[in-house]
Amino acid sequence: MSNTKMILGLFADPDEMMHGIDKLQKNSVPIYDVYTPMPIHGIEDKLGIKESRLGYAAFCFGCLGGSIIFSILYYTLVHDWPMNIGGKPHFAMPNFVPFTFEWTILWTAFGMVFSFFFATHLFPGRAPRVMDLRATDDMFVIAIDAKGNIPHDDITKILQEAGAVEVKHNDRKYVSYE
Amino acid sequence: MKTEYSFNERFEFAGKAKTWSLIGIVIGVLGILYGFFLDHGELGVQRTFSNLLLMGYYFACVCIAGVFFLAYQYAAQAGWSVAFLRIPQAFARVLPIAAIVLVLIVVAGLFTTHNVVENGKTFVTPYLYANWATHGVTTPGSENYDAIIAGKSAVLSIPSFLGAIIIFLAAYTFFGWMLVKYSESEDELGGMSNYSKSFKISLIFLVVFGFTYPVFAFDGIMSLEAHWFSTMFGWYNLAALHVAGLSVITLILILAHQSGYFPWVTQNHIHSLGKLMFGFSIFWTYVWFAQFFLTWYANMPEESVYFYKRWEPEYKWWFWLNIVLNFCAPLFLLMSRDAKRYYSRMVMVCIILIIGHWLDYYLMIFPGTLPPHETAFPFGVEEITIFIGFAGLFTFLVLNALSKFKSLVPSKHPFVEESLHHQI
Repeated sequence: MSNTKMILGLFADPDEMMHGIDKLQKNSVPIYDVYTPMPIHGIEDKLGIKESRLGYAAFCFGCLGGSIIFSILYYTLVHDWPMNIGGKPHFAMPNFVPFTFEWTILWTAFGMVFSFFFATHLFPGRAPRVMDLRATDDMFVIAIDAKGNIPHDDITKILQEAGAVEVKHNDRKYVSYE
Repeated sequence: MKTEYSFNERFEFAGKAKTWSLIGIVIGVLGILYGFFLDHGELGVQRTFSNLLLMGYYFACVCIAGVFFLAYQYAAQAGWSVAFLRIPQAFARVLPIAAIVLVLIVVAGLFTTHNVVENGKTFVTPYLYANWATHGVTTPGSENYDAIIAGKSAVLSIPSFLGAIIIFLAAYTFFGWMLVKYSESEDELGGMSNYSKSFKISLIFLVVFGFTYPVFAFDGIMSLEAHWFSTMFGWYNLAALHVAGLSVITLILILAHQSGYFPWVTQNHIHSLGKLMFGFSIFWTYVWFAQFFLTWYANMPEESVYFYKRWEPEYKWWFWLNIVLNFCAPLFLLMSRDAKRYYSRMVMVCIILIIGHWLDYYLMIFPGTLPPHETAFPFGVEEITIFIGFAGLFTFLVLNALSKFKSLVPSKHPFVEESLHHQI
């Protein structure tokens, strides 16, 4: 048994890469993931990637932020230390709107960014997970999990026929910036 | 994905759409006649004038929104919208007629007068803009003299008022006409020259529009209650105009697509329109609330009188319904991604927003023009029939303008391919 963990097909052209995906799918080879230096229209549908759940996270963070500031406002201005401000009632709802609005937006935005960092293992100071550095530059990379996908030579052949400029058999899943 | 389409197909205006829009116009005319001659005298005439101003303004605003949409799409060099740019272009073509209708209504309202008895005294006032257009309001010594209005007479006098309204509408019409002309000449000639000209004129329009539209709203609607003022009013009206215009564009686009036109329009285009509708409904609420909040907080009598009137029992229910229709409905119905991609959901929200912005304009106009407490429920035959009439007139004119285009897409627009492949 070889030590190959990942098979990477490197394509110089996005159309050839899409063709490569088609060929692999025709031969029932499961694709682990595809890495491209730019967004490619229609690739999510082709790979059957589930819709992002980031929106739900954003919604929950928004609700959380809105509730927190509303509670703080209620506790400070209505419950703990009610003050007479311009003769308005203590529990004056219109006053609460700008704060609640701003905190909802703030928490939605930050919550979304941090959820994204968390889900994609990106964070300032952390080595990013990359399978091939050129996927961030000029190469379109199809990654195939080598375990269970044998024989490896057939996969190599499919990728080369589809127009891969290079096929790599990697022993490590990720190369990281040293 | 199918990307080859025949662009030579023309829109054919016939059948049900034509019949129903003509029936709508007839209903509207009958409603106006009923209001002027049958509905108990003075109040009926006053109500009809208020309704005519409401719908004339709404009609003009939706057509202006078409020009505005065209202009900011060109200014942003946007590609996605090319697929349905003919619809706002049709709005721009109808704008001259809408402008004439609005000016006629305003002139008729300014120059027909009636007697109003207030505190035992009789005043001869015009039906519209009675606050400042009543004879003698700005003449010192006259029994109608009003010092506050006299101070505003540089703007609120018949020559400068009519002058401003007519010049602004003529300017918007001119820019809309130029944008349509460039697009048609682009279809003939191809190349980039017409696109560059459209880009340039769009930028000029946006500057002109940004500075003049608030004044147009101040003159047209805010001066109905000339003692009151709000600097937010112009932006508030701009937001209303934009949301209403987007809803009408989307509604026409979906209905035309479902009856076989615009076959190249996909869920992605509707999704983008839905995002704009969603976002600008929030923006509308933001300016609406900003205007309300500052007035409520400062609580100065000359400002809060506006909301005081709208919190009288006959309007209070409508006041809150306005927020439900124009804020809560789009917020909850369009929040998720899928919702913006369902045609039926989008049609529903478009209709809610079109009605919602009618109500929004209603609340800007009616409490200021109708005498207080005279009608327990100021909503009835005139409101419904005149709305239907103008909806019919608008549909008839816009679909007629659409059928005049040689092709339903500006086929030599530099971004036409990008638009056909629009995907989000």
